[in-house]
Amino acid sequence: MQLQYFLLLAAALFCIGIYGLVTSRNAIRVLMSIELLLNSVNLNLMAFSNYLDPQNIRGQVFAVFVISIAAAEAAVGLAIVLSIYRNRDTVDMEQFNLLKW
Amino acid sequence: MNLAEGVQLVSFLVLAAMMIGAALGVVLLSNIVYSAFLLGLVFVCIAGMYILLNAGFVAAAQVLIYVGAVNVLILFGIMLVNKRQDFTPVKNAWLGKAATAAVCVGLFALLSTMILATPWAISGAMPIGDEAIVEIGKHFFSDYLLPFELASVLLLMALIGAIVLARRDFLPDELLDRLPEQSDALTLPERPRELISGSKK
Repeated sequence: MQLQYFLLLAAALFCIGIYGLVTSRNAIRVLMSIELLLNSVNLNLMAFSNYLDPQNIRGQVFAVFVISIAAAEAAVGLAIVLSIYRNRDTVDMEQFNLLKW
Repeated sequence: MNLAEGVQLVSFLVLAAMMIGAALGVVLLSNIVYSAFLLGLVFVCIAGMYILLNAGFVAAAQVLIYVGAVNVLILFGIMLVNKRQDFTPVKNAWLGKAATAAVCVGLFALLSTMILATPWAISGAMPIGDEAIVEIGKHFFSDYLLPFELASVLLLMALIGAIVLARRDFLPDELLDRLPEQSDALTLPERPRELISGSKK
């Protein structure tokens, strides 16, 4: 078991998350992709915490912070999606052009 | 390689395969309910990874918060906006997808060469294992006290903000007519609001 395995896995998860973030049409799927991104970052932090800083586990502390921020982000993001759905009657990202011009 | 390392490696490989497959399913499946359940599978696999990394407390927090709260919240969101609509196809959508896939593969190649080329300063000390929760508590109340308190304030702000954003801000007219007047003791004062015009194109 090496550090590199976990880092490669987190990089793969991050790239999948970015692909989903950019290509999804459904707003809720975009939120799910953001959760994937945050989880891959957490996996990185935990791997560093275990292999580089095993006595003084600061990576785990950061991971707990990231988890709490991600929970808040999911709640606010879903509230925004609900509000947009109520106003525009769709969850299609291509039609959310209120701020475009 | 002794037995413990073999077990660790096999469980890592199984968890990694499940995680990548489920993540691809989250992104690529067309039914979004399947995507949400596969997202829960991704979270569970990541909790297993945390256990492999000697972090039982964060694994428990991951299962409780992500699988128990965030995933259920996303499922509720899906069911609240569950509208079976076919998105109108965009011209040259495959071009954007191909470009995004190329960028993602390139990013992965860049990251993996960086990961494999960097000489990591691996510490040889024993991981503290189950003492981790004590250590996390000490960090929270000594050198990470300010971020800890800020996180609590941020959670409160997110709570209030989510309620303000998501609550129904107007009542339909027929519902207003039917409501008796004495019932407004328990309701918040709400002003009628125009729907944003121009949404029907």
